Amino acid sequence: MSASGNSIAAAYDSKIEGNIIFTQVDAAINWMRSNSLWPMPMGLACCAIELMASGASRFDIARFGAEVMRFSPRQSDVMIVAGTVTYKMALAVKRIWDQMAEPKWCIAMGACASSGGMYRSYAVLQGIDHLIPVDVYISGCPPRPEALLEGLMRLQRKIGKEHALEDQKRELIAELTA
Amino acid sequence: MTAADAANALQTKFASAVSTRLAFRGEETLKVDPASLKAVLSHCKTDLGFDYLVDVSSLDHFGDDHAQNRFEMVYELYSYRDKIHLRIRSEVPDQTGKVESVVDLWPTANWHEREVYDMMGIDFSGHPDLRRILMWEGYPFFPLRKDFPLGGKETDVPDVAFTGTAPLAGGPFVTVAADATTVHREPRSRDL
Repeated sequence: MSASGNSIAAAYDSKIEGNIIFTQVDAAINWMRSNSLWPMPMGLACCAIELMASGASRFDIARFGAEVMRFSPRQSDVMIVAGTVTYKMALAVKRIWDQMAEPKWCIAMGACASSGGMYRSYAVLQGIDHLIPVDVYISGCPPRPEALLEGLMRLQRKIGKEHALEDQKRELIAELTA
Repeated sequence: MTAADAANALQTKFASAVSTRLAFRGEETLKVDPASLKAVLSHCKTDLGFDYLVDVSSLDHFGDDHAQNRFEMVYELYSYRDKIHLRIRSEVPDQTGKVESVVDLWPTANWHEREVYDMMGIDFSGHPDLRRILMWEGYPFFPLRKDFPLGGKETDVPDVAFTGTAPLAGGPFVTVAADATTVHREPRSRDL
């Protein structure tokens, strides 16, 4: 930047300076994970239409790194349960969740996925959290795409607070000392 | 031919089988003796030109003291030639709980009758493939029967599906058979 910079040390490359960040491994991992959440779109009812709208140009879920809708559970990070989970479908959803690789998260999108919604019925599971641990619940029937994006941002914030490596280290130490 | 003509023709041909005839705003409904139901429907299809079976549905008269039999079938017919509707109703005899299938007349009845079987538990003799259509094989109840609780019952078919009971908290209103006014038949809430 200054004229004196050149004269001090030839070995010091000032161009690199802005590209080095000091951080913790957990923070770096969380940053990477939260900004490329590949969704498993579990579209089961009308919420799926809003999910599709979130993926389209007006709302553009790609701004949050979650545009890669994977229709294979093996490649997904977050399952977005969008719609009414009937008892007939329930174990299929569970099975797909079990096939997703760790780490994985779940968003219950809309009233039905969160609680059964208006379907107090013999045929509808009263909330996907009976089968799957849910990270974020989104209200609405169906929620607007903004609500889904808000839910996604909250999930990103939640992932930002995780201590994956620290926990792993603690578990390892506990295992070794046991 | 109008719908009234078709109803007239049926009344003349099956004089003893047709018990009631109801005309409401141009809709013709005939109530038919269960023993002659298949013959009546067959006649509708082959001779009266009702080539389209719009719908097959069923009623549950559980708790209705006036009903002779608990279940009743409803067939909604349409003729593309004359552009007319005709509704045929027939009670399901309590002793057998069986109705003759009409799949041989209208192939579309296949799934309709499966749905009636699935939801109401009415049996169809002569049906080529009488399996449940909405619920899964092994589900032990018929959920649209009036004595089935709205919130469902707990069941479990391992590796296939399970069900639980839904919290109703006084519930949405549920119709009941009653002679009184609509307020009595359709209360806003009712303890289950």
